[in-house]
This record gives sequence, structure tokens and C-alpha cells, in this order.
Amino acid sequence: MTDILAGVLVMLVRMAVVLAVVFGLAAYMILLERKLLGRFQVRYGPNRVGPFGLLQPIADGLKMLLKEDIIPDGVDRRIFLVAPAIVAGAALFAFAVVPFGPTFTLFGKRITQVVTDTDVGLLVIFGLSSLAVYGVALGGWTSDNKYSLLGGIRGAAQMISYELALGLSLVPVAMMARSLNLTAIVDAQATLPFALTQPLAFAIFVISALAETNRIPFDLPEAENELQAGYHTEYSGMRFALFFVGEYVNMILLGSITAVFFLGGWHGPVLPPIVWLAVKVLAVPVFLIWTRASLPRLRYDQLMAVGWKCLVPLGLLNILVTGAILTAGL
Amino acid sequence: MDEKKDTPGLVREFLDGAAGIAGSYAATLTHLFRKPITEQYPDYKRPMPPRARGRIILTRSPDGKERCVACYLCSGVCPVNCISMQSEEGPDGRRRAAWFRINFARCIYCGLCEEACPTLAIQLTPEFAFCKDAIEDFVYEKEDLLVTHGGKDPDYDFYAHAGVAAGAPKGEHLGEDEPVDVKSILP
Ligand code: SF4
Ligand code: SF4
Repeated sequence: MTDILAGVLVMLVRMAVVLAVVFGLAAYMILLERKLLGRFQVRYGPNRVGPFGLLQPIADGLKMLLKEDIIPDGVDRRIFLVAPAIVAGAALFAFAVVPFGPTFTLFGKRITQVVTDTDVGLLVIFGLSSLAVYGVALGGWTSDNKYSLLGGIRGAAQMISYELALGLSLVPVAMMARSLNLTAIVDAQATLPFALTQPLAFAIFVISALAETNRIPFDLPEAENELQAGYHTEYSGMRFALFFVGEYVNMILLGSITAVFFLGGWHGPVLPPIVWLAVKVLAVPVFLIWTRASLPRLRYDQLMAVGWKCLVPLGLLNILVTGAILTAGL
Repeated sequence: MDEKKDTPGLVREFLDGAAGIAGSYAATLTHLFRKPITEQYPDYKRPMPPRARGRIILTRSPDGKERCVACYLCSGVCPVNCISMQSEEGPDGRRRAAWFRINFARCIYCGLCEEACPTLAIQLTPEFAFCKDAIEDFVYEKEDLLVTHGGKDPDYDFYAHAGVAAGAPKGEHLGEDEPVDVKSILP
């Protein structure tokens, strides 16, 4: 009985910590993005609210909460209301399987630093990231607005094609780690991170992950200049903010899974594991922001061509080569 | 097939593309370490050039009297019709505006009124930041527009140069010839 209680308690603590950290990070990720984008463009970014603009996320949150939440005529209310929650929810759920540190023993009990240490973690992440598409596609479709619809369609098509490349890029990782468990995958990189042993898979992963997060240069579902704001044109107030929470949580999630799959998780010399993990997790969003400042948006057909004609064949080839090397016993 | 012939082209294309992408990343990276060029506006107010076109004032001549003679030229030239007034004659015999009104909510700060004014009365100042909560507050009356100085031309006095009787008798304005005695030029 006490065992179960302790288990539940540990679980609750883990969930609370993860949720708080992720939400806090997401809020400050927005500030970081605005600040960094500003500096990339030789300006300051927000610096008025609090010292260095550090209270800006609070001001933004308050503003979003107080904004009128408009539900246009002609939308399908239920779907319209649920769509943003799907995006944010799918991103948040995925953190359940991301490990944040090595397993340690406390009071003679084995404690993992992951909310659920499942053996199919990789598949769970895939399933959830495909679910997020529904938020975008449904949000666009139900808005009763042609631009939203176009955005939703683009989102769906883009995510379906890049999901494939993403999956193919992770197969070699699973092959080399001989497990789908995320903790095991991290431990397989104790000596060398997969980014070095699988550079091609890493490149494919980064490109398709960029497309999965719907960020520049793959932000076609949003495409301000052509589609106003794409799938979230009709959203306002907190519901609109929820899409963005989803996007930024997704960036952090992407950082975490990149760290887990390719950068060796918490492994690293000298510094404590949690610091290494934090550095790696934050490096990816910074890179995403840097990308946003640097690259133009791809055209829709280019996006599809890169995905199907380039990334998917390369990914398949990479699997074959990895398989050959593994069976040869190297 | 000419697959072989294409390969170097493909490789070059790939390298070109990679170089292009790397170049744009490098460009943004160098920007990251530059000092932002932003002027922190409310903390730092850029000194405006004296002829910058901002809020409008009505100036006075050196003797402290109103310059405006209510000639309606500014009102007539104003492209958005935001100046209105009514003329009257003051106790000293000078024409002046009984009331004078500028609707700054409509003014486009083109400066045409200043160019049209024969007495240099109406002038634009460099002050550009005057915000209001209510749009009616942008309607400035004569009292709001009149200032105590001569603006950009502090020494100019219209009535020293022109203006019948009210300023100086005939022939006594600056640079004016004596009035011709018409009888003296009879044949
Ligand atoms: S600046 Fe132009 S728009 Fe404004 S009052 Fe003068 S003439 Fe009219
Ligand atoms: S043009 Fe000058 S003198 Fe004439 S009405 Fe306007 S401000 Fe007065």
C-alpha cells in the first residue's frame, strides 16, 4: 500500500516538475525568440517590461487572457474550441516519455527521471507528433475561412510527408541502440552521440523536425504573406495563445528529443548531467530561432520535392547502410 | 544516358545551395554581435532639425502683437481643409482672427500653410509627439496656438514693411518710397 502511495507521489511530483518547467520555459522561449530575432536584425527586441524586458511573458499572458475571445459565425464550435488544445496537448503529452537524467536510487528505491519509462517511447513520441497535425488541420478546416483552410491543408500535407522522413531518420538510431526506450537510447550514446556516428540521419532529422514544428523555412501553414496567418487566422485571445504555447512547447520538445536521440542526452564530460541536458535542449530552439532569422520560406512544391525526392530516399539508403554495417558486426 | 554528364552539375548545385544557406546563417550571426541601431525613443529623443514639420503655432511680431492678419491664405491652401477662422478688425485697426482653429487630427503636416502665410504668422515646430485620448482634443483654438515669441523669424515685423495705416503711415514703412504727389506728375 505504502509502495503504491509512494509511487503515486513520485509520479505526481515528476509531472508537476515537468509541467512547471516546460510552461516556464515555453513562456521565456517566446521572450528569447523575440530578443534573439531582434539582435539578429540589429535591434533590441522587447526591453520595456521589467529589467531587460524579463516580465514581458507575464504581460503577454495577461494581455492574451483579457482579450476578447471571438468565435466567428459559421464555425463548427466544438471542433473550433478543441483544435488549439490538441496542438498544445499533444506537445505536452510527449514530455511524459522524455528522460531528464540517469536513473538513481533514493531510500533504496529505483527512481527514474522520466514521467513514464515506457519501452516504446520512440513510438509514443511519433504518435503524439502525428496527433498535433489534427489540431492544425481541424483548426484550419473548421474556421470557415479559405485562407485557414489552405493553411490547414498545407499543414496536413506537409506533416504527413515529413513524418515519413522523420521516422526514417530515427530507424538507424533505434537499430544502433537496439531499443525504443528513450533512456536506453541515451545510454547507448554514453561514449559518442549519434549525431557523430549518424550524421546523415541527424541532418534528415533536423530538416524534417523543422518542418514538423511549422517554423521558417517550413512555416507554410502559417505563411503570413500569403495566408494572413493560415490555420489560426480566425483565432483570438487565449485560444490563439494556446496555438503558440503549442508551438513553443514543441520547440522545447524538439530540443529534448534531439538531445535524447542524437546529442547524447545528459551524457557529457565535467558538468553535471542536468546542465548538459539543459544546454543541449536549449541549443536546438536557439538554432531554430537563428534559422528563422536566416532563411526565407520555401515554396510549397519545393517543400514537397525536398521531402519526397531527397529526404525519404536518403533516409532509406541510410537505413540500408546502417543495417549492412550492423550485420557485418562492426 | 547523360546521367554522368549531369553529376558534376548536381554536385555544384548542391555545393552552391549549401554555400548560400551557410552564407545567410553567417550574415545573421555577424549581426548578432553588432550593437543594435535602435534609438530608445522615450529615453532618448533624437534632436529634430529646426525645420522639422510638427505641431503648428501662431507667432507674434517683436512688438508682441499677433502676426496673423486673418487673410485666409493658409486655410485656402491647406489640402485637407483643417484650418478655419473668422476675421475681424482689432482696436488698433489691424486685421486679426476673431477665432482661429486647426484640427490636428486632420492635419498632414505638409507645411503648405507656413509657405502660404504672408506674415510668417503660422509656423510648424519640430514638436511631433502630442497624443490625445479623445480625438476632439486635437482641435486647437487660437489660444492654444498663439505663442509669445516669433518662432523661426523672431525679428520679422510684417507691419514694419506693409499694411496701410495700422502699422505706420504711408511711405514710412521699411524700404518704402515716399508716396508720389500725383499733382507733381501732371503734364
Ligand atoms: S501643415 Fe498642411 S495640412 Fe496641416 S494645417 Fe498646414 S496646410 Fe493644412
Ligand atoms: S496665412 Fe498667415 S496671416 Fe493669413 S490667415 Fe493664415 S496665419 Fe493668418
